[in-house]
Amino acid sequence: MATRLLSGNRAERGGEMAIHAVLLGASVISIATTVGIVFVLLSESLRFFDLVSVWDFLTGTVWTPLFRPAHFGVLPLVAGTVLVAGIAIIVAAPVGLFTAIFLSEYAPDRFRRIVKPMLEILAGVPTVVYGYFALTFVTPLLQRWLLPDMIIFNALSAGLVMGVMIIPIVSSLTEDAMLAVPRSLREAAYALGATKFEVATRVVTPAALSGIVAAVILGLSRAIGETMLVTIAAGATPRLTLNPTESVQTMTAYIVQVSFGETPQGTPVYYTIFSVGLLLFVMTLAMNILGQWVVRRWRQAY
Amino acid sequence: MATATTTLSAPPALSVRGLNLYYGNFQALTDVNLDIPPRRITAFIGPSGCGKSSLLRCLNRMNDLIRSARVEGEVLFHGDNVYSSTAAPTEIRFRIGMVFQKPNPFPKSIYENVAFGPRIAGFRGDMDALVERCLRQAALWDEVRGRLKHSAYQLSGGQQQRLCIARALALDPEVILMDEPCSSLDPIATLAIENLMRELAPNYTIVLVTHNMQQAARVSDYTAFLTVNERRSGYVVEFGETGEVFSTPRERATEDYITGRFG
Repeated sequence: MATRLLSGNRAERGGEMAIHAVLLGASVISIATTVGIVFVLLSESLRFFDLVSVWDFLTGTVWTPLFRPAHFGVLPLVAGTVLVAGIAIIVAAPVGLFTAIFLSEYAPDRFRRIVKPMLEILAGVPTVVYGYFALTFVTPLLQRWLLPDMIIFNALSAGLVMGVMIIPIVSSLTEDAMLAVPRSLREAAYALGATKFEVATRVVTPAALSGIVAAVILGLSRAIGETMLVTIAAGATPRLTLNPTESVQTMTAYIVQVSFGETPQGTPVYYTIFSVGLLLFVMTLAMNILGQWVVRRWRQAY
Repeated sequence: MATATTTLSAPPALSVRGLNLYYGNFQALTDVNLDIPPRRITAFIGPSGCGKSSLLRCLNRMNDLIRSARVEGEVLFHGDNVYSSTAAPTEIRFRIGMVFQKPNPFPKSIYENVAFGPRIAGFRGDMDALVERCLRQAALWDEVRGRLKHSAYQLSGGQQQRLCIARALALDPEVILMDEPCSSLDPIATLAIENLMRELAPNYTIVLVTHNMQQAARVSDYTAFLTVNERRSGYVVEFGETGEVFSTPRERATEDYITGRFG
């Protein structure tokens, strides 16, 4: 009996090891890819910074790598990125939060079962479609009713449509965080005479705050990294401005522009792809770290 | 029978009249009639699933939160039916507080937990004094006075439950419903809550659901015994002074339950 148990164990252990190896391999793929990306970004950027000083790159206010004289001040691209992503999050954070509150606290189950998949469809629309939606529908609409002088490529409609695009990310993650708030806390508030709205805003939202912050930051990361929509709708004019009706160029849109051009390898312009990419990476990383800090700082454990 | 009325001098704090409770097609409570005496402790006892917690939740309309729940009959509070179309559940819950099985403080500070109800109700007075009074009433003040801004989750289970009682007291309710408030507590914490109930009894009407018969015998003035009929629907078998219900029960079912032959 004992020997049979032991031998069975040994056979099982062989299978376990194989499974272990497969699972480990799968997780190593993503880690290795990340390490590889960071390595390429860093090594290629270092060559760029041999040609242009880090200080000039980070503080320069003129970005004209394709003209003579070439200027490599990245701030106009950063401004364009922040502007579009900022408009997007101003739209997506409140709408996403209200959607999540509605779905988790107000909506009957049947309604939720219809709306949730529709929100997920919204998340699945290709970004190029959003780009043309901004360019051919939202911009003309804004021009006709609100801003007749606005030019066709502008940060505003790109940002607005991007906000709509990231609503599902924000609302879905926020709703998950709200549904994780125990029922007993809602009951406690109702038993004290709270209305549905007070339960949602004074108990559920604060208790889910860390998840909500994480949702907004993930949405913001997505907005900063989004490429196709801004390439199509926001323009290709690096400009240091926070005026949303102007044409701008985001960091991602610039990378697309240069990648499509016939840029000879080894030139400063070629290396800007990596230096701008590295900065983009650092920005999203910093935001994730900030997000985690905020989550820890404001955590309401339950 | 299901009708159980005791002779009392003061008008009842709550009167349940012909109450039926349904969850979907299932009838959870059948024809409940009770007069809950004011400023006394009334215990609901009975086997698991007899509907004693459901009955408690009918008294402050907490069953409204369950979509499939439907109530027939009346619960009279100062002569007004809490189920009338003009009654506001939030107003009722300001005046009929509740304490739950598991301590459920909010993930906020001790202070904010107590202040939650008054803030919602639009209290404009001295909040610090109110918080102190309620914590003193709940016999918690001496243990937390130096750390009111700390999270309520730093407290022990028994302290958390007393905080939940203080939180309910902050609205100055007339009635406090307690749904097995000691079921998750150790014997010492249980004793503290029971002593607290006795201290509150002269000023508040307390309705206590408990699965612990000794607890009902120890702390309550009146006891209602519920059980289920052949359709698994709960009903009140007997209601009277606790001493009488436990020493000379009128119904065979009550006697069987109390002596441990059933349930």
